[in-house]
Amino acid sequence: MSSGLSLAHEPVTKVPHGKLAMWIFLASEIMFFTGFFGAFIVLRNSNLELFSHSAAELTKGLALLNTFILIGSSLTMALSILNLEKGNTGKFKLFLGLTILCGFGFLIVKTIEYSTKFNHHIFPWTNVFFSFYFLMTGFHAIHVIAGMIPMTYMFIKAFTKKGYNHPVKVETLGLYWHFVDLVWIFLFPVLYLIFPAH
Amino acid sequence: MQSAIAHAHETHGHDSHGDHAHHHDVSFIRKYVFSTDHKVIAKQFMLASLFFLFVGGLFALLIRWQLAYPGEAIPLIGNILPDTWVSDGAVTANFYTQLLTLHGTVMIFYVIIPLAVGMFGNFCIPLMIGTDDMALPRLNMYSFWLVPPAGLIMLTGFFFDSGTAAAGWTGYPPLGPSSGAGQTTWLISLFLIGFSSIMGATNYMATILNKRAKGLQMFQMPLTVWGLFITAILITLGTPVLAAAISMQLADQYLHTSFFMPDNLLVGAPDNSLVTGAFIQNGNQLLEHKQLLGGGGQPILWQHLFWFYSHPAVYIMILPGMGIVSDVLSTFARKPLYGYKAMIFAIMGIAFLGFIVWGHHMFQSGMNPLLGTTFMLSTIVIAVPSAIKIFNWLGTIWRGNIRFTAANMNALAFIATFIIGGLSGVFMASAPVDIYIHDTYFIVAHIHYVLFGGALFAIFSGIYYWFPKMYGKMLNESLGRKHFYWSFVFFNLTFYPMHLLGVGGHMRRIYNPYIYEFLQQYQPMNQFITIAAIILGFSQFILIFNILWSLKYGKPAPRNPWQANSLEWAAPAHPGHGNFDSDIRVYRGPYEFSHPDRESDFYPQWEEPQGVESHSHEAKEHSHSA
Repeated sequence: MSSGLSLAHEPVTKVPHGKLAMWIFLASEIMFFTGFFGAFIVLRNSNLELFSHSAAELTKGLALLNTFILIGSSLTMALSILNLEKGNTGKFKLFLGLTILCGFGFLIVKTIEYSTKFNHHIFPWTNVFFSFYFLMTGFHAIHVIAGMIPMTYMFIKAFTKKGYNHPVKVETLGLYWHFVDLVWIFLFPVLYLIFPAH
Repeated sequence: MQSAIAHAHETHGHDSHGDHAHHHDVSFIRKYVFSTDHKVIAKQFMLASLFFLFVGGLFALLIRWQLAYPGEAIPLIGNILPDTWVSDGAVTANFYTQLLTLHGTVMIFYVIIPLAVGMFGNFCIPLMIGTDDMALPRLNMYSFWLVPPAGLIMLTGFFFDSGTAAAGWTGYPPLGPSSGAGQTTWLISLFLIGFSSIMGATNYMATILNKRAKGLQMFQMPLTVWGLFITAILITLGTPVLAAAISMQLADQYLHTSFFMPDNLLVGAPDNSLVTGAFIQNGNQLLEHKQLLGGGGQPILWQHLFWFYSHPAVYIMILPGMGIVSDVLSTFARKPLYGYKAMIFAIMGIAFLGFIVWGHHMFQSGMNPLLGTTFMLSTIVIAVPSAIKIFNWLGTIWRGNIRFTAANMNALAFIATFIIGGLSGVFMASAPVDIYIHDTYFIVAHIHYVLFGGALFAIFSGIYYWFPKMYGKMLNESLGRKHFYWSFVFFNLTFYPMHLLGVGGHMRRIYNPYIYEFLQQYQPMNQFITIAAIILGFSQFILIFNILWSLKYGKPAPRNPWQANSLEWAAPAHPGHGNFDSDIRVYRGPYEFSHPDRESDFYPQWEEPQGVESHSHEAKEHSHSA
């Protein structure tokens, strides 16, 4: 608000600016991953045999574990928003902290998975399936990290004297976090589970 | 009556100017460099893009010189350029392909898109919807400040020993991923500017949806805002796909993956060993491993992903221009825009169809011909919404009281050239004809008719139209007209003959056409085009001179110099941070010209409707609103 005019009135759509922009940005993000999924479909269909026996080399157990970790983190994220809105700052901090922990847990499992692959001499250049595997999960991991940075900032702020009391911002970040979760829900079956049974 | 109103506005403009000194405590850096004010960001986009316009124009003239006088030293600068670029003062073949690549890339990504979307999007949206700034001003600042680093990264490629990207602005594999560091800087630069575009577009959409002035319905917004809104949707959904494709090409270059590199492709490596696909640098061990497993990428996959973005990108470049032209024509014909809603639905139709026609760039790629037929049909259907727009513009100016200002003449030129560009598009859209003219100068003529003739004339029109609001000074009309005449005449002399070259079989990216006997007869025509292009290029200095001269000596702009209706003209003559000096309430659509019940021939959106008893005192109404 600059000069006492009421130009900057309530958002027309009733959705706060940042949250609306996040929804639009997520549409954009969907198209980013769609580019990879589309390319995956095309190249999978021209290399069916290769894709199915390469996919068999992935560790489904670790991926399943990561699926549970991420879904769990979406729950804690939602609970932290809920508690901040209610004013339970203690529980807000607890659940936000748990979400960050889940993020770290996911990344650790991912690192274990990658290093197992490297130990088996599987690299992004090994074949086109593993190119997709490393690029898609890599970009997903970057998104996890990108989400954890503002989350950590909010978490640290919550322990200062002023505290952190912007439920809308936490909710906006939550939207992003659920999206990252959702991308994984697609990546998991596409990379790890779909291959013709032999 | 009109002059009285204009005068009233002028005085108000000056009165209120002083009120906006509340940003006095902002430091120089915050005010002019890292500013969050949408108007400053718009000016920054304008400055950066006009710089790149001249850079890209210089590239074009170097290309033209080689085509007209192959092997002859470039005048003036030929002998001072480094040996990696020229030999005996003439452009080398390698440098020529780099120039071709960078001319296309710079003009599209660093000139037209930042001007049409970055500059007008930032300047027009908040003002035209009657609000103080963007929904997320800081995000807006970031979206601009990705542009200079991206542009510098793009240009650094020229100083590498291996040169910059030389695979064409389309960067097709296998040529693209198998080139050197120049291709890498090209890809990184595009990734950055794409990210900047997405941030901007997100912000535009959030602003338009959330920050419209009281009473302003979506279907009361000017066409410029509608054009930019739909453009923002295209950017949001198209650009990330290009980002994904760019990441895959970067991986092909540096992680030696083979998304786009076919299996068993033999590429001559510098050390004379012939190796497969992307494994140029890693040698035989990997090669064996790969052949054991088999499987390789598809060059055509890149084309699909690239054109999935880059076809909507041509609409990203033209839709804002269509919006601008609609506003300018209606204002200067003093008539309501013909078919307001039809115009909006036509924009939506073009945008939707724009996403399902990308394959028409690939008729010659070896794609399934049946698929080609569907792309051909969907492409030709675009003629319908385009024709709706053309006829509605003609309907708008039909029997209007046309004022031939520089802005309006550029808008009229837009229609004329867009029709020619659109009609030549029909030739290419039809696959059997495209087989003949594919990869010839016919394509070059077409794209310049739509992007220079279309988008750039619309941008010029917008600059002439909104300059008074941007800088508080009027541009010099007589210089503006001179700039228009010279540009319009030499634009057509430059690009029209290219159709003929193309039909004659002149290849699009050839370094020296005259090695073919059948093209030797075209050298005089090429020389004619080059001379016209040089004059066209230098004509643009009239615009620059006009801007600089008017900034210093121009007449102070009144608040509403064109007697237009949309909300930006309710703001002070040179609005400060926060834009408006009165509360804005919207009562009607933006095209209420020549209303039969009114003496004045325009009826601004912000003007309160008058009761039957007091419909006379126009000036009084205005003083009320100001």
